[in-house]
Amino acid sequence: MLHLFAMLVAATTGILIFAGGLVTSTESGLSVPDWPNTYGYFMFFFPLEKMVGGIRYEHTHRLIASTVGFLIVILAAWLWRAETRRWVRRLGYLALAAVITQGVLGGITVLWYLPDPISIAHASLAQLVFCLTMTIALVTSQGWKRAYATNGPAPDDLTLQRVAAVTTGLIYLQIVVGATMRHTGAGLAIPDFPLMFGQLIPPQWDPKIAIHFAHRLGAVIVSLAILATTGHVFYHHKSRSELRRPAMLLLALLLVQVTLGALTVLSKKEFIINSLHVVTGASVLVTSLVLTLRAHRARFAAGSKEQDPAYGRPMTVRRTGPFGPANSTAGDHA
Amino acid sequence: MHPRLRLLACVATLSMAVILAACSGGAKEESTAPKDAAPATNPVDPSTAGAITGVVTLQGTPPPNPPINMSSDPYCMKLGAATTPVFVVSDDSGLENVFVYVKDGLGNLKFPVPPSPVVLDQKGCSYTPRVFGIQVGQSLDIVNSDETLHNIHALPMANREFNRGQALQGMKYTTTFTAPEVMLPFKCDVHKWMNAWVGVLEHPFYATSGKAGAFALAGLPPGTYTIEAWHEKLGKQTQQVTLGPKESKKISFVFKV
Repeated sequence: MLHLFAMLVAATTGILIFAGGLVTSTESGLSVPDWPNTYGYFMFFFPLEKMVGGIRYEHTHRLIASTVGFLIVILAAWLWRAETRRWVRRLGYLALAAVITQGVLGGITVLWYLPDPISIAHASLAQLVFCLTMTIALVTSQGWKRAYATNGPAPDDLTLQRVAAVTTGLIYLQIVVGATMRHTGAGLAIPDFPLMFGQLIPPQWDPKIAIHFAHRLGAVIVSLAILATTGHVFYHHKSRSELRRPAMLLLALLLVQVTLGALTVLSKKEFIINSLHVVTGASVLVTSLVLTLRAHRARFAAGSKEQDPAYGRPMTVRRTGPFGPANSTAGDHA
Repeated sequence: MHPRLRLLACVATLSMAVILAACSGGAKEESTAPKDAAPATNPVDPSTAGAITGVVTLQGTPPPNPPINMSSDPYCMKLGAATTPVFVVSDDSGLENVFVYVKDGLGNLKFPVPPSPVVLDQKGCSYTPRVFGIQVGQSLDIVNSDETLHNIHALPMANREFNRGQALQGMKYTTTFTAPEVMLPFKCDVHKWMNAWVGVLEHPFYATSGKAGAFALAGLPPGTYTIEAWHEKLGKQTQQVTLGPKESKKISFVFKV
């Protein structure tokens, strides 16, 4: 149940990122000028008939964000009560702190009229919240707890671990550059695709063109990194379904994402395409993260032998009070 | 205290601190009084005051005003089809909604602030007036006459930005500007087609061209002035005008498309 709930939280976080993308793409960020209220109403009592124009996007984003925040509170509490691995419980606390900070950043950016640094931080932290919820969903799964043992011992491939980690880092960096491009209004600074002002390298430069160019260059670098990671998986670990599947998904998402990026420019930032580009970017990131974590699974395996095969709990769990044991057990490391 | 309780307490405290910091940011939109108090009386001797009158015309055929898609708000949509009034041109080529004002030539003269407020109305899902002027320190009443909600978002360069929501018909927000600024845009983020511009000046010598493009700047003291005309799409034009005592002069601005 905990895993299913964590999956639900991760999925709603993805929906929230899409809703956030719609707010930016429709330039509706300031259509609700107050925060945390909405036009003076308590957020949940804002009349539906007043959800017109840009308010539909901004207020819906706030409602989904509140729901996600509430779900993460439950998730953190659930992990605190039921999860025996200390580092997983800490992931729950971290997700809770991150989503609270994220909500406050969202409020600040409205009250301060969307200053670029705050808006970029809001967009970038959203990806980390998604990563955290997805990580929790992954490490509470049966497959993770059993170390994907049905496919034999989890591989401890240092090359894969490194290239996958670098790829995930590059994807995140690329998303931050993308967020910078969106929030500084540089999305059409280079108006053509695949060329740039009809050339391979822009013949003219200003800060916006430089940011846009960095995002396109980043797309090439990220694509190469993803090809390197997935190629390594297909060549060396084809039999490992826990690696092969995210690798295949990663390639498919990359193809979709590059297409959406091109269409965003060619459609002059049509808001649905633009928002799909945002959420697909987030999906690329978490898919790469899942692949990376699974590639590192062997390194988490120290305590796995002591785990209950059904739930991954340590065989001996001592609860000394309402907050559990002060000292960790072997299972805390798995 | 248990470590986990301590961690929760830290997270809660940090969150509250950030929320308080966020809420304090809302105070930015409060207006402040101008530094130099305006005099109580007009410094211009009425026995020597003159006037500049004229007309703004458009040469050429303007592109059709873009239609407005109001489908995002049922209230606005039922008002019927509308276009953005970028080019409002009379039969004799007079161009409306051009802001004409004395840009230079008044020296250090200080003028009293009119006691009556300027009203910017949100009516029929558009701003009325679309282009207007106001003096520094003069009250601006922003009212919502619509049965839908609006936000009024000022995007100044020299004044303080504000963004106020008006959820109900009849709501009013009063503000003032502390520094001259030509032009200061307003927009509604709910209804993206709604735009207005205000020219904020330290003197009362401004006008917006009306029907047939006519304007008048009355009560000017003798002197040489730079008169500027601003249009939202066609930009600015300036010309020099010298006025003698009790003299009236006619000028014209011709914008081309």
